[in-house]
Amino acid sequence: MRYIEPHGHMVSRTTDDYIDMVTAGCAAVCEPAFWAGFDRSSVDGFSDYFRQLTEYEPARAAKYGLPHYCWLCINPKESEDVALATDVISIIPEFLKKPTVLGIGEIGLNKNSRNEMKVLEMHIDLAARHDQMILVHTPHLEDKLKGTRLILDVLKADSRIRPERVLIDHVEEHTVRMVLDRGHWAGMTLYPISKCTPARAVDILDQHGSERLWMNSACDWGESVPLAIPRTALEMRRRGWTAEAVDQVVYQNPVRFLSQNPRFQLR
Amino acid sequence: MTRQQVLDLYFMDARCKLIELAAFLDRVDRGSGEADFRLSAFKEAMRHLADGEPKRAEAVLLSFSDPTVDPIAKAPGKGAVGAWPGAAQ
Ligand SMILES: [Zn+2]
Repeated sequence: MRYIEPHGHMVSRTTDDYIDMVTAGCAAVCEPAFWAGFDRSSVDGFSDYFRQLTEYEPARAAKYGLPHYCWLCINPKESEDVALATDVISIIPEFLKKPTVLGIGEIGLNKNSRNEMKVLEMHIDLAARHDQMILVHTPHLEDKLKGTRLILDVLKADSRIRPERVLIDHVEEHTVRMVLDRGHWAGMTLYPISKCTPARAVDILDQHGSERLWMNSACDWGESVPLAIPRTALEMRRRGWTAEAVDQVVYQNPVRFLSQNPRFQLR
Repeated sequence: MTRQQVLDLYFMDARCKLIELAAFLDRVDRGSGEADFRLSAFKEAMRHLADGEPKRAEAVLLSFSDPTVDPIAKAPGKGAVGAWPGAAQ
């Protein structure tokens, strides 16, 4: 089988993970900027991180023939500090020139605070000014419902944003419908404990259709499974999905969304 | 899938999770001291399992969710705990 990993934090993973992913059929990986597990102390820390995402990581993946793309931002977990966020957002345009950058992400909310909202609006404005696609992180657990509603309203309020160029990630049963109804794409994250299990992800596909949905492992430094997509493809096959229907979800859908940026090319 | 196929594929897994759930509640009962808001939120969410409505997973998720609509003044930290403390306040 072939698949795209549209959301993996590969800087936190080993080279063995790259080998396993390519062996399992991964045809491209996309890496949104995220939180390192600790707060970076200055804009220079982000500058180094963006160099890692745009230079070092694509080279590491290329050793195994795997195209690596990324999304840039300051993560919502670090958005309480608006002054730092302003500095970080000011250096992003120079990195947008790099050939493997797909857009702005993963932006969004974490605890649904006023400062997080302010930084979210700054990111959306950045994306609009530079005609960039957007990848959105929705909050965890008890904060997801409220955060998803707030994010959808902020996006709707900016008339420059085309909904089909925005993917709202980490949807679950209680948020998927509102995301699709606004014309956005929706992402399901396959985690062992939080977010979606493979069985629930397939339930959501059964109930909401696979037109504008994708799946990702969002593998990072926490409990996560880099091969979560092929494992969920197996779940789909066990439930009677045809190989073509599985291919549409795990390969054709991400290609369709990501190809809205002409930089996204498969070798 | 037919109901028979769903049972064939998922019954043992769901049975395992149900026993884990029962054992978790027994473990909490055997523990000492006060439980925080998460236990009452958990028991409230469990009611949806037996209510016979078709969207139980969604109902459980909504039951754990913060229902308020306005952004909060300041993020108290970075983490989430899985249940909304306000529901017990
Ligand atoms: Zn992520």
